[in-house]
Amino acid sequence: MDRLLTVYDPRGYPPNVTGKRLAQRHESLDGKIVYLVDCLFDNSEAFMEQLQHWFAQHLPAVVTRIIKPRESWEDDPDMRAKIVADGNAAILGVGL
Amino acid sequence: MALEASGVPSIAIHTHVFARLARATALANGMPRTRQAFVPQPIVGRSPTNLRAYIEGSDPNSGRPFMQEVIEGLTGALTEEDLRGSSFERSTPRLLAPDTEDNLRQMFIENRWTDFLPIILPTEERVAEMLKGTSHPSDKVVGRLRPARFREFWEFTVEKVAVNAVMAGARPEYFPVILALAASSITARASSTTSFATISVVNGPIRHEIGMDAGIGALGPYNQANATIGRAYGLLSQNLQGGSVPGESYMGSLGNWYAYSAVFAENEERSPWEPLHVQHGFKPTDSTVSVFFGGWYTHAGYGPRETWQEKMRRCLTATEHYNPPLLVLDPIAARGFVELGFDKQKLIEWCAENARLPAREYWDNQWIRTLVHPLAVAGVEPFATRLKAEPEELVQMFQPEDINIVVAGGETQSAWKMFGGAYRGNATISVDAWR
Repeated sequence: MDRLLTVYDPRGYPPNVTGKRLAQRHESLDGKIVYLVDCLFDNSEAFMEQLQHWFAQHLPAVVTRIIKPRESWEDDPDMRAKIVADGNAAILGVGL
Repeated sequence: MALEASGVPSIAIHTHVFARLARATALANGMPRTRQAFVPQPIVGRSPTNLRAYIEGSDPNSGRPFMQEVIEGLTGALTEEDLRGSSFERSTPRLLAPDTEDNLRQMFIENRWTDFLPIILPTEERVAEMLKGTSHPSDKVVGRLRPARFREFWEFTVEKVAVNAVMAGARPEYFPVILALAASSITARASSTTSFATISVVNGPIRHEIGMDAGIGALGPYNQANATIGRAYGLLSQNLQGGSVPGESYMGSLGNWYAYSAVFAENEERSPWEPLHVQHGFKPTDSTVSVFFGGWYTHAGYGPRETWQEKMRRCLTATEHYNPPLLVLDPIAARGFVELGFDKQKLIEWCAENARLPAREYWDNQWIRTLVHPLAVAGVEPFATRLKAEPEELVQMFQPEDINIVVAGGETQSAWKMFGGAYRGNATISVDAWR
């Protein structure tokens, strides 16, 4: 029978995960302000413009506003504060 | 997810190749039910008509209409799981269950804990021997790593680094260099779609103490220290950060051969210039390792010959603009530049001055567009000035502080190479601190 070896686990230590709840949803988006967050990836601006056109054509009662963070891949607290203050929902994209 | 926490219902749109990654990230953030919708890859280069077709088409993952996914993601009742989120504790064991050598080797391969080259199994005896290479206690926390900015950090100790150093085939005397790399906070297994790798340069007395190669073949597979330190950096990065699994925690479209191992020593004794670590504030008698992030491209040249300026300009303008150049010069090439009147700083400044592109071409680069353009719009210099240039006006691609020069090689040829190698922040780390 082959000799048994004891070896180390090579992985690091992951952080514990604390559950976070989703925000309450709306019954409908009619009359609501939906922020379209352009994450600044190449061509995401064009995608968000097309998304805005889609809402205007198919759900005209929804108010959409395109908004951009100051930098790519960085949290922008000012932008988030504006969305929280004025917005009822957010669509973020197109990113990872 | 921060918007959800602030009470704003949100949905994130991704391209479909990122589905596993997006879900894993949501789970690790305690919000596995976060709403996500997917469109086909790519977005880049698609016309407005193409993008509109994505929007009016189906989510490639669910098969349902894309906009139905979006609208339903922002409306309707929440489930109990939506309201609760997901809390859980995670850890990894110190030791694995005893098993045969063959079974353990297979387990390491199946769990993707290797680079798919043979490893040395990290037995208790071998790890204990590796730990003799440092004075630091085995339970000391060395640092934290993560594969990308939006992923969570994993933490690790001296012992965990030693485990990976053993696996790579490193000797205990190399361990302080490996610990310094682990402490850099720079992963050698970045998840970026652009396939980053790292290239590391060792300076100071440690080079000789552990027998590193700075001469003939310094950048090749000809020295145990060079090869295994580089390999250890890769293995520890993937294992200590929580993985580097294609489609899940690694998204590099092409991958990068430099990720196997890319560490060499500077040939300080044959260089006409001050060594890299001295430029970054260390004493010549200090031992350090410097990490360059990139490896996107490699150019090569010889000389300097009569037309060296034209050649160098072509190489500089052919770089990927978001990954500035690291020049590695053989000592003969370095002395050739000295004979032309250049010291290291003067050559760096010449490169920065001559690396120019028409503004139209510069701003059309994908990563300049994604990462630099927003800064230019916000007025950050020197990018804001480049943005004001006329389309055919030549703009500078790099600042002198973006460019680095290292001397290595065995003087069998007046050769030089130019690698993608960004030096970010405090990327020169003391090896002496980890002895």
